[in-house]
Amino acid sequence: MLRACLRGANATARKNYRRIPLTSLQQCRHYTAGESSSASKVVVAGLLTVSGGIGGTILYAKWDHKFRAAVEKNVPYSDWLLGLALGPPAQDPGLPIKKRVELAQPPSMIEKQVKKSAKKEGAEGPVKDSSPVPSKPAQSIEEECKECHEHKEATAVHPAPTEPMKERPVEEVAARLAQQEQEEQDISASVSASLEDSLASSAKATLQAIGAQEAALQAIIQHTDKLKEAMEAEVLPEEKSNQWKDLEAALADRTTALNDARAALSKANESLDSLRSAIDKSKGLKISSVRPLVLAAEENLHNMVVDLDKMVMKVQSAESEAKIVSQYSELVNEAKRQFQREVSSLTPEIQANWKGLTGKLSTDDLNALIAHAHRRIDQLNRELAEQKVREKIHIDAALEQQKLEDQKALDNAVNTVLQHVKEEARLEQERKLAELREVMEAEMRTQLRRQAAAHTDHVQDVLKVQEHELKAEAEQVLSSKMLEQETRYRQLTQEQLDNFTLDMNTAYARLKGVEEAIDSHVVAEEEARKAHQLWLSVEALSYSLKTAEADVPTVPLENAAQAVRDSCRDNDFALALASALPEKSLQRGVYSEASLRARFNSLRSLARRVALIDESRNSLYQYFLSYLQAALLFEKSQEAPPSQLSSEDLDPFKLLSYASYCLEHGDLELAAKLVNQLRGEARRVVQDWLIEARLTLETRQVVSLLSAYANAVGLGTTQAP
Amino acid sequence: MFSMSEKELGKKWDRCLADGAIKLGTGLGLGIVFSVLFFKRHTWPISLGSGAGLGMAYANCQNNLRSHYMLHRGDKEQ
Repeated sequence: MLRACLRGANATARKNYRRIPLTSLQQCRHYTAGESSSASKVVVAGLLTVSGGIGGTILYAKWDHKFRAAVEKNVPYSDWLLGLALGPPAQDPGLPIKKRVELAQPPSMIEKQVKKSAKKEGAEGPVKDSSPVPSKPAQSIEEECKECHEHKEATAVHPAPTEPMKERPVEEVAARLAQQEQEEQDISASVSASLEDSLASSAKATLQAIGAQEAALQAIIQHTDKLKEAMEAEVLPEEKSNQWKDLEAALADRTTALNDARAALSKANESLDSLRSAIDKSKGLKISSVRPLVLAAEENLHNMVVDLDKMVMKVQSAESEAKIVSQYSELVNEAKRQFQREVSSLTPEIQANWKGLTGKLSTDDLNALIAHAHRRIDQLNRELAEQKVREKIHIDAALEQQKLEDQKALDNAVNTVLQHVKEEARLEQERKLAELREVMEAEMRTQLRRQAAAHTDHVQDVLKVQEHELKAEAEQVLSSKMLEQETRYRQLTQEQLDNFTLDMNTAYARLKGVEEAIDSHVVAEEEARKAHQLWLSVEALSYSLKTAEADVPTVPLENAAQAVRDSCRDNDFALALASALPEKSLQRGVYSEASLRARFNSLRSLARRVALIDESRNSLYQYFLSYLQAALLFEKSQEAPPSQLSSEDLDPFKLLSYASYCLEHGDLELAAKLVNQLRGEARRVVQDWLIEARLTLETRQVVSLLSAYANAVGLGTTQAP
Repeated sequence: MFSMSEKELGKKWDRCLADGAIKLGTGLGLGIVFSVLFFKRHTWPISLGSGAGLGMAYANCQNNLRSHYMLHRGDKEQ
């Protein structure tokens, strides 16, 4: 039937299927003809949307970097696409530069930190290692703050160079101090040496310059004097030529002297500059011992500069005078030349030295000469008048010029003097500062000495107090220890006594114990013997129970019971038990379980046969029916009884099967109980069996109790090895 | 000494059967005698006698078997 259904379903399915493709194909054909355009439309629209989406994403990613990062993270190959379209992602410029700056700073910080920590460690004396640090005062505050933050970092990063801040031993400190002093001394010695050298050289150069200047001055003065002489003095021609020669010599001297002076001046300036630089350098070292040297050097420098300037000024004034004189001499020479030219133009034959040619001149020449002379006199008078007229103006102009020159000279002089004064003031200030510093130092030393004295006093006091305290403590400790020792001694003696008494007591107790033990042993043995006897008698009783054979009961238990009763005369429990034995068992004996079992088997069939007979039904017909029932009814020969009997279990057949099961499994008690449930004739039939079973059970119970009791007593009295 | 209640029934049955046999036989005999003597060899006295005998035996048996359940007048009166 199932196969038929399946076949039918398949057939119908096939039929349907054949129908559907045709229609769908038709439909498809119908649709494809009309929808080819719409499909392309759909495709185009889809492509447009996709490209639009991608383009929009790219544009937005270009604009917003976070979006780009998010897209790159989430969409797999978007980073490649975005890289193609936009180039690599632009990094945020702010952070890395800061980081680099920070990275660059910490190494410099760490260097400074090392130096500063080195400085801190050598706190006792001034440290010269901090020389690079003060050279950057501008950044100091910021750096200090940063150092505060990065101090820990630096100390963590550079644990090796920064030593732990523990107190150095005195020797080390002293050694370091000594070392520092030595270094200072060396430096000061070197500085002083260098200063002295430069001082000496500059002094030499300055002296040289001054000497040269002096010489130049002298030369100039000489020259000017000579020139003046030459201009104004009316001397003999030979001497004039000598004069002129001297003049030229003087001029030459002057030029050479001036050159020398200039060279010496430049040298002196150089040396002074070097001295100044040396002074500055040594000032930069900042060592106190060098300062007075520096101060002295500066003073010397100042003095030299002052002298040099003075000399220069002198030379300059002399030069200006010489210039005036030379200008005058030039004018005179010019006039002379002009006159000579005039004369020569008038009288070409006459030579220059016209004064010695008075005899050679002719009257015409003389007249011409005199006319020329008169004309010249007139001209000169006219010029003189003009000059007198223009005297004031000229004088004013000259005065102006002179004033200007004087002003210039004054300015220069004022400047130089101002500088000198300033320099002197500064030097004075430095001197005063040095003095003050010394005073302060001395004061500080006295204060420190005072403080040291106070400290020593305080320390002494504290030491005294501590001594007292420690003494008291020590005495206390001593006394306590002594006490302790005494108590311990007493304790020990007491202990010994106690131990001795304890031992005596224990020995006595043990003796007593031994005696008691022996007594109790005796008693126990007696008990044990009795218990043994009881046990033996009980065993005999239980053995006598076993003498039952098939269908023959046991021997009468009287003797055994008597024996038991004899062996437990003082034991109430056992006596009671022994007297609890049923009379019949004593007189007659009991049946064994096996015999009862066998008897039951025969009983069972009989009970089955009369199962229907009871008070109400007991006619012969009922007997016949009962026999018929027994013949026709089949039940299990053995059935396990339930834990609780219900009303339907009270059927005699069932009961008999339960009972036989119990008997087969050795449970006589339960079998008896079950058999007890039989009613009517069946009960009458099994009555005697029941009685016998009861008897056996009773006897057995009593005997087991007795044996348990005897065992218990026996166990109790036996001594474990 | 050893009272076996289960044997009682057997005993009762024995007695029943014995009694029945006796009474049947007696009845039969009497019937035969009477039929021979008085009733011209009719069979009815035989059957009467045997029937009477069986009946008596049946009643006796039943009474015997019932005897336990019957309260005797004597006990009731006492």
